[in-house]
Amino acid sequence: MSADIWSWSYTLEILPILANAAIVTIEATLISFVIALVLGLVLAVLRMSGAVIGWFASAFVELVRSTPLLIQIFFIFFVLPRFGITLDAFTAGIIALSLHYGCYCSEVYRAGLEAVPRGQWEACTALNFSSWNTFKNIILPQAIPPIVPALGNYLVALFKDTPLLSAIAVAELVQTAKNLGSENFRYNEPMTIVGLTFLVLSLVSAAGIRWLEQRLNRRSVR
Amino acid sequence: MSATTNHPMVRFEGVTKRYGALTVLDDLNLEVGRGEKVAIIGPSGSGKTTVLRMLMTLERIDGGVIWVDGEPMTHMQKNGQMVPAEPKHLRRVRSKIGMVFQHFNLFPHMTALANCTEAPMTVLGLPRREAEERAAELLNMVGLGDKKGHYPAQLSGGQQQRVAIARALAMRPKIMLFDEVTSALDPELCGEVLQVIRKLGSEHDLTMLMVTHQMGFAKEFADRVCFFYQGKICEQGEPKELFTAPKNERTQQFLRAVLEAV
Repeated sequence: MSADIWSWSYTLEILPILANAAIVTIEATLISFVIALVLGLVLAVLRMSGAVIGWFASAFVELVRSTPLLIQIFFIFFVLPRFGITLDAFTAGIIALSLHYGCYCSEVYRAGLEAVPRGQWEACTALNFSSWNTFKNIILPQAIPPIVPALGNYLVALFKDTPLLSAIAVAELVQTAKNLGSENFRYNEPMTIVGLTFLVLSLVSAAGIRWLEQRLNRRSVR
Repeated sequence: MSATTNHPMVRFEGVTKRYGALTVLDDLNLEVGRGEKVAIIGPSGSGKTTVLRMLMTLERIDGGVIWVDGEPMTHMQKNGQMVPAEPKHLRRVRSKIGMVFQHFNLFPHMTALANCTEAPMTVLGLPRREAEERAAELLNMVGLGDKKGHYPAQLSGGQQQRVAIARALAMRPKIMLFDEVTSALDPELCGEVLQVIRKLGSEHDLTMLMVTHQMGFAKEFADRVCFFYQGKICEQGEPKELFTAPKNERTQQFLRAVLEAV
């Protein structure tokens, strides 16, 4: 291969830098996703509770789902300081990703929870379970396995949305590749490596989700 | 057991239930004695299942009071006044009642054994070993000692319903409610479930209310049969009397129709 198109020495030089950036990307993905999973469940429960707070939760979910993630990132990073909330770029990015995907996850949870037959709740009342135990021991374990694939899709989608954080200069993969490119006037290698990294990690996560799905299906024979 | 045993186990006092403009139960008054077995029959939409569901607190009542074991369940005394029960009161009184459903409602993600141990462990706080011993005993009683490790999906309808009976009994209720427990079963599986209920009736000191379409079983098993029609008890009495010489015209019509169908 001509060195004009691909330089192996340059590749070796930038690999460690990109590896560090990959860690930032993975951290941002995992932290955001865990928060999104919890937030999504809370939002789903609030919305199903039917109380006034449920209405607010619904409005919030609609607001977040109907506006671009990039705007939300900018809003949290550039606008919130106006109201005295100043966050570093990484934290702002995590919050934006968590909120955004938390709202999408809440829809998935809602579908999962609503799919559990009413008779299950009634059996729990008849057995005198508390609401909390009903939810935790009976409803949730039945609601989760069917929605694992849908939640997994959002994990991969969130992962692929982390490059948006480059807009507020978080040193994740794409931001780092862009910097390397502009410093060395060579974009081929960093962008290709970053693209491949996303490809490989996405495929690995998808395989992981499929494995989890099968495991859960085996456990709860229906 | 309380000192005064002369009060009825269950008492519906002027209980009314409405769904919007539709009155499902109208000023129901019904007393069920300790250890009494009452069969509730009637055409669909007559409110018979609602009676059980209200007693299990699955439905709110719109009027009247339900008493269980001598104390109000749907209401409680506060400063000498009867006020609607708080959840805590409801839970305490409800613990005396168990229910078996038409569609079993077993927990599909748990084995037969776990279905019977979950509530005793989380609600009553029994240690696992004790809960499992008790559950195994009950599964043996319903003839499923060898199916402990099976999931509901691996069991026949009749077997699932028997697990559901064991699950309800594991909470040591004083009152058992059976809501059309054989209606979702293939005819050849009804017998094994009814056999278990028969056994319960003869071996345990349980008060039982059952909604059923099995007239033969009601006749043979129940101490009293209540015929519901349009949200009211139209006629009640000993099974022999009610089935052989019904006084009310509606009862006669219903029984004729049911017997013709057989």
